[in-house]
Amino acid sequence: MRVALPYHLRNLAQVEGDVLLEVQAPVTLRAVLDALEARYPMLRGTIRDYGTGQRRAFLRFFACETDWSHESPDAPLPEPVAAGREPLLILGAIAGG
Amino acid sequence: MSNVRVLVGTRKGAFVLNSDGKRKDWSVSGPFFAGWEIYHMKGSPADPNRIYVSQTSGWYGQLIQRSDDGGKTWHQPGLPNEAIPSPGPPTALPNRFVYDASPETGKPLTTHQWYDGTQHPWEFKRVWHLEPSLTDANTVYAGVEDAALFRSTDGGENWHELAGLRGHGTGPKWQPGAGGMGLHTIILDPGNPKRIYIAISAAGAFRTDDGGATWKPINKGLRSQYIPDPNAEVGHCVHHVAMHRSRPDVLFMQKHWDVMRSDNAGDSWHEVSGNLPTDFGFAIDVHAHEPETLYVVPIKSDSEHFPLEGKLRVYRSRTGGNEWEPLAKGLPERDCYVNVLRDAMAVDSLDKCGVYFGTTGGQVYASPDAGDNWAPIVRDLPAVLSVEVQTLN
Repeated sequence: MRVALPYHLRNLAQVEGDVLLEVQAPVTLRAVLDALEARYPMLRGTIRDYGTGQRRAFLRFFACETDWSHESPDAPLPEPVAAGREPLLILGAIAGG
Repeated sequence: MSNVRVLVGTRKGAFVLNSDGKRKDWSVSGPFFAGWEIYHMKGSPADPNRIYVSQTSGWYGQLIQRSDDGGKTWHQPGLPNEAIPSPGPPTALPNRFVYDASPETGKPLTTHQWYDGTQHPWEFKRVWHLEPSLTDANTVYAGVEDAALFRSTDGGENWHELAGLRGHGTGPKWQPGAGGMGLHTIILDPGNPKRIYIAISAAGAFRTDDGGATWKPINKGLRSQYIPDPNAEVGHCVHHVAMHRSRPDVLFMQKHWDVMRSDNAGDSWHEVSGNLPTDFGFAIDVHAHEPETLYVVPIKSDSEHFPLEGKLRVYRSRTGGNEWEPLAKGLPERDCYVNVLRDAMAVDSLDKCGVYFGTTGGQVYASPDAGDNWAPIVRDLPAVLSVEVQTLN
């Protein structure tokens, strides 16, 4: 499946474009982020708070044009995202310029 | 001839400025970590090629970066700079700062005062200051917000809290300064590896004499008009502390108002503001070879964080305080309303001591002659958060 990272995290991970990941079913937010951080350990702590494991406040998750930021991290992501036809979007807030 | 390397942390990246001993012509490298706040970067006295960086962002949190080649290339300690295939990530956790509340080595996680006087949870936000060991390039201390002290002994790959500070008892009375409750000053005693001084905004100064296991407040003699109790043990807004390595018992403090001095390792303090036109400010430092020569940058007031009358001036005392002279040659004499933050001043150790400071307006000024003359190295960086200097032989 595909993950679209915000600019600074693409730089950190030294990737251009979407990140491609192999994630075993069920493809949940937690599973995707675990796989992302395993493959790109320099991203650990940048999306989920190190101490609490919660989404960092100024980031949001979108899947198939729906805000998944407040969904359970263990809920299966939409099928188009799991199948790689649509990306999971990780966006940084515009707040703060 | 020796060279100097100036490490500049700014709101939007890090810069490395290099010159030879004349300190006249400079090369500028950067921005590294462009777009991130670089709260502090400092080189190891044990290995000048080893530099540690606090890279932080409200969006993406805290990263530690390290260079092993004097600032040419950077990496997060223990992590590769590119993706790794399965199986399993490296064990290094260079960005993990978790308070130690374990029964074995930690202290219970209490609360601290918040701006409104209520109690607030202890929450990690960022690393304010990195202090490499004087003798071991792989050992480095980190002062963090919310105030605590961490240490790494593997080059920044893993961090452990020295919980004795946060948990020594006065923590619930600590409160944040305007910029947060940060541990911003860490001073290692060159003659006694067990002694460390730290300072927190706005809790005060503290000292350990057993390598960080136990701590005591060292704020006797500090007066803060906003604290009703004149003998308050903690709660003082200490902005920065400086020490000359030849006299580790003598400390100089720039407080939220007042420049203070201690001659007994912080057990007591007395005011040395003397004839300063205003004794509010953030930065303070000591001449590399003259332990009684101090530098401060007076700021108008706690309500107006800019120089008096729009004139940027460093003040120097050659008497350990009380008698101060303005240093202005080469500095803006009008229309200057920048600030100089607490970690944004440093000195080199060349024969003619060089003094450096950076401003919130993005300038970095250097004096090759202990402050008699100044010139800008750069004028248009992002707001400068920190300045450190390495003298390279």
